[in-house]
Amino acid sequence: MRQTDSLAIGEREFRSRLFLGTGKFGSYPLMHDAVATSGTELVTVALRRVHLHEQQDDVISHLQLPGVHLLPNTSGVRTAKEAVLAAQLARESLQTHWLKLEIHPDPRYLLPDPIETLLATEALAKQGFVVMAYINADPVLCKRLEEVGAAAVMPLGAPIGTNQGLQTRAMLEIIIEQSSVPVVVDAGIGAPSQAAEAMEMGADAVLVNTAIAVAGDPVAMAEAFRLAVHSGRMAFEARMGAVRKQAEASSPLTAFLRPE
Amino acid sequence: MSFLAEFQRHPWEAMGERIYAKTDEDVQRALWRRGRRDLDDFCSLVSPAADPYLEQMAQLSYALTRKRFGHTTQLYIPLYLSNECHNICTYCGFSVHNKLPRLTLSRDQLMQEVKEIKAQGFEHILLVTGEANRQVGVDYFERVLEWIRPHFASITIEVQALGQDDYERLIARGLNSVLLYQETYNSHTYGIYHPKGKKGNMAYRLETPDRLGRAGIHRIGIGALLGLEDWRIDSGFVALHLAYLERHYWRTRYSISLPRLRPAAGFQAPNVLVSDRDFVQLICAYRIFNENVEISLSTRESPALRDRLLTLGITAMSAGSRTDPGGYTLNDDALEQFDVNDERSPAQVAAMIRAQGFDPVWKDWDMVLE
Repeated sequence: MRQTDSLAIGEREFRSRLFLGTGKFGSYPLMHDAVATSGTELVTVALRRVHLHEQQDDVISHLQLPGVHLLPNTSGVRTAKEAVLAAQLARESLQTHWLKLEIHPDPRYLLPDPIETLLATEALAKQGFVVMAYINADPVLCKRLEEVGAAAVMPLGAPIGTNQGLQTRAMLEIIIEQSSVPVVVDAGIGAPSQAAEAMEMGADAVLVNTAIAVAGDPVAMAEAFRLAVHSGRMAFEARMGAVRKQAEASSPLTAFLRPE
Repeated sequence: MSFLAEFQRHPWEAMGERIYAKTDEDVQRALWRRGRRDLDDFCSLVSPAADPYLEQMAQLSYALTRKRFGHTTQLYIPLYLSNECHNICTYCGFSVHNKLPRLTLSRDQLMQEVKEIKAQGFEHILLVTGEANRQVGVDYFERVLEWIRPHFASITIEVQALGQDDYERLIARGLNSVLLYQETYNSHTYGIYHPKGKKGNMAYRLETPDRLGRAGIHRIGIGALLGLEDWRIDSGFVALHLAYLERHYWRTRYSISLPRLRPAAGFQAPNVLVSDRDFVQLICAYRIFNENVEISLSTRESPALRDRLLTLGITAMSAGSRTDPGGYTLNDDALEQFDVNDERSPAQVAAMIRAQGFDPVWKDWDMVLE
């Protein structure tokens, strides 16, 4: 397959623009195979699922694949203060200063708290974390996060786990247009076509979990997403033509300007 | 402001009429509605009119549960701290008039139990007591939390109703979640089931989840005992309570339990029989009504039924449970609250879960999140 540009976040370069979540799989071996097939180089894992004080952990050991980096997430915290504590513990026990910052005090729709997220991003960036912040698709918040040191912003396409696709399209377009840090569309992507759509729009990457984990065949679905993300990115780099509502056969309003 | 005001606007009889008046058409509307279902839809789903739609309900419940919770089942285990109790609950083995030996675990006894439970792989624990404020009051709970906090990822209690200050003290010591069943929402008969003791105060119990919400607890479990009163009506009130709590304490997670009455000391037969078919209808109705609520299943149910219910809407299961204080190390059946129905070991239950293509999740919380 034709190579696409690599993506730089923090000190790392990624060839794959598909990031994976690791929840909801029926077994660790299945999760392992889906991760391997997806070609991803970055997987997020909830701290709450990991035995942080033990040498060996089943989730972590099944995610140890060559070229795949761990991105611990803070799912479960409700405030910036709790997020900072959780991040420090993750850094200590998982030996990574990368963090997916998730602060959702609402446990039903898991919608991120913008105020706490901004406070935590600032504190964690100062402590040397590579912070990827999960947020609502709010363009102004994305700029504010950038200013306080976020390494990437992760706006949601739709409420997490809903498979509804890019419901926030209009805001995502503005975020992508304005951002000077990578934009990773996270949450809500339910089909490979939706992932391709995000990539064509110019998102730097997408993060997918439910759509793969809950599929009838998660490994095959992981491969479908790998292809879709790659093709969406290729299309973006190849510069797609503009969409027109009508054919342009003639120029009735300016024809008079042409020399006779 | 508390749930009491809302509760009083819904007489028991009116809830019953609302449920029993539902028609085929109401059920279809509830089943195939786009978007969130309301209490009226729930009433349709638990009504007798929904019975012909049980298979469709099960399929929808399965799909909604997979979307939200994936192919996973969380495992937990109860640990009975004490069977002391000053209440009379006419259906409970711990009732004060029952002549059974009473025991409250000492620190040494408790730590023996913890060691045994940890060896089986558990990270989520449910601490249970009766209501005896002198022997097992807030001071005792505080000490227990201090002793066991380092050993578990999540600690839930199922004890007497407490005040907001008490809950705040316990949350500061690592308490993560509280289960408190209303038993029944029927105000005509609540007092008959609870003729003696503090638990007889129905209003105080109804307002307990409000106090928990205000104290900032992470998770509240509610439910009605199945076997006391008409399960359709009681579960209508559980749904009403859940919707109220979600609106008012939106930072808290909720779970529902469906305890079907089991034989216990001094108690022979439930007042109302809830069949397996009713039970499945109820689980599916809760799930279709609320896609995010956790639903847990205890060892009150038989192995054969638990194996089938696993995929239908349940999100958490206990395994290897004993219902007597010291049950994991002392082995004295005389102390128990009720007979368990599924006596398989936690390893056997985990193997059953895996055999169905599900991941048994032992740890899904961390004390760092407290």
